[in-house]
Amino acid sequence: MRSAEKWHGARWLRWLRWLCWLLGRLGGVLVVIWGAATLGFIALKFIPGDPVEVMLGVQAQVSDEVKAAIREDWGLNEPVLVQYFEYLGRLLTGDLGQSYQLRQPVAEVIAQQLPSTVQLTTLALVFALVLAAASALLARGRRAGRAVSVLELVVVSSPAFWTGLVLIAVFAFGLGWFPVAETNTPRSLVLPALALSLPVAGIVSQILRQGLDAAERQPFATSVRARGATPTRLLARHTLRHAATDSLTISGYLVGSLLGGAVLIETVFARPGLGRATLRAIIDRDLPVVLGIIVLAAATFAIITLLVDILYRVVDPRLRTREDGS
Amino acid sequence: MSLAITERLARGRRPRSGGVIAASAVLVVLALAAVVPRLFTGIDPLETEIANALAAPSLAHPFGTDQSGRDVFSRVVYGAQHSLFIGFAATILALVAGLIVGTISGLAPRAIDTVLSRIIDVLMAFPEFLLALLLIAILGPGESSIVVAIAAASMPVYARVTRVQVLVVRRSGYVRAARIIGVPPLVSVLRHVVPNTLGPLLVMATIGFGTAIASAAGLSFLGLGTTPPEPEWGLILSEGRNFLGTAWWIAVFPGLAVTATVIATTVVGRRLLARRAGRTS
Repeated sequence: MRSAEKWHGARWLRWLRWLCWLLGRLGGVLVVIWGAATLGFIALKFIPGDPVEVMLGVQAQVSDEVKAAIREDWGLNEPVLVQYFEYLGRLLTGDLGQSYQLRQPVAEVIAQQLPSTVQLTTLALVFALVLAAASALLARGRRAGRAVSVLELVVVSSPAFWTGLVLIAVFAFGLGWFPVAETNTPRSLVLPALALSLPVAGIVSQILRQGLDAAERQPFATSVRARGATPTRLLARHTLRHAATDSLTISGYLVGSLLGGAVLIETVFARPGLGRATLRAIIDRDLPVVLGIIVLAAATFAIITLLVDILYRVVDPRLRTREDGS
Repeated sequence: MSLAITERLARGRRPRSGGVIAASAVLVVLALAAVVPRLFTGIDPLETEIANALAAPSLAHPFGTDQSGRDVFSRVVYGAQHSLFIGFAATILALVAGLIVGTISGLAPRAIDTVLSRIIDVLMAFPEFLLALLLIAILGPGESSIVVAIAAASMPVYARVTRVQVLVVRRSGYVRAARIIGVPPLVSVLRHVVPNTLGPLLVMATIGFGTAIASAAGLSFLGLGTTPPEPEWGLILSEGRNFLGTAWWIAVFPGLAVTATVIATTVVGRRLLARRAGRTS
């Protein structure tokens, strides 16, 4: 009875510790978002050229009074520090400002483009994980491993946008399996997602295979084998779990690289989306949109990193005990 | 591909020597193409021949011709100059900047170190390509912007490696001994700390060189770098995009050049990493 109570108390304490850890990490997420917003704000203030001129375009013939009025409207007359705090204040309420070029709120611009990019990157992530798991599980022999590692090197080294062009040339123009110019059907999503997924698949496959090899040399693998478990059971119940934690570490990076690659892939396939919106904002020098995307990207990565750390503790019990033991 | 990940992947794999020789050969050929392109082709990369536009690969034009009848092989050969220059300049710049920031961070008082490390953390939270893209938004398009943007985007990785290395080296016996015999701190940093952090950085730079070339090709492909009609691999690719149905060769061959370069630098870099690992363990 007493020991049960004690154990109960320990569990309660463990929860409290976990909660503190989580709050601390959430604070870290906010710091990263704040840091990105601040760095972005500073950088954009350093840009040569008057934002009003950029807004109006080169050819515009506008009187100085009108320019002054615009300046007043956008709050560009305030001291930089006031502008900065006003910007942070608006950020807290989820207001990312107004686009210079599109005359609509930045949040709206992002919301319009987001679904298409989310579809593309999600499907690419699924492709990447399936391809990586398949190559890691099927290529178990020595010779097969060599062949797969050469394949991984080639796939990882090929720029995704070039792979995309090759895929279009072969499967859309050559074989006619996929549409060339459509952008809104499920079929039109396959080639861009595949192009985007291949480099990521190569990386995950490498890490997964390294992890499997390392896990199979561990004493626990020998002991499982000694108990008479089949290789399949060893793989499914023991070594795969070990290898998966390694792959988890880089998933934050993977999502980032998918978003970066989306800029190129969306251009190659002429798809609408956040990547192309970014590119257009950069070419038009639509700075509020650029800043909004910086903040969004930073928030995404910070949150994904946090989710990965939480998942880590679920998958890898050693981390939990280490934390509790201290 | 991100430099941080490449570096991680390269650990513990020792490429076979045949592969390393082939990779080195590719790099030598690329360097030759960049310095003396005439060695490989007698055709001017800018010379147009409209009558022979979009011709398929043949003996006269091994990579075919583009929409204005320019020889694609010659454009790829001359393109090596632009791509290798951008990759080289960006890598050197990133290396030097990372070395300076990392050394300061590793030697400075704790407060400064913390601030610098946090800034590097925030920068590393972004994928390199996106970061380079955002920097180009600030700097405006152009070849020199691409160099600065790629360098700045990959600098945090170099800075972090330098910092760790400096923290190890400053506690080592010889740096302490130097301080005891009265070597001024600055001299000690320049003569003992920095040279001993260089090794791993140079290995990373080998791999980073390939990554930088691929990023540069991507940025040029988006129309943010080299201006037409100059031949640059990414730019030729973007021109070829419009002729994929009729002339696949315009887009395929420059991409092959990029891929070959990245593979070659990765293989050589892995080999160097394996050698370092063998020496220290």
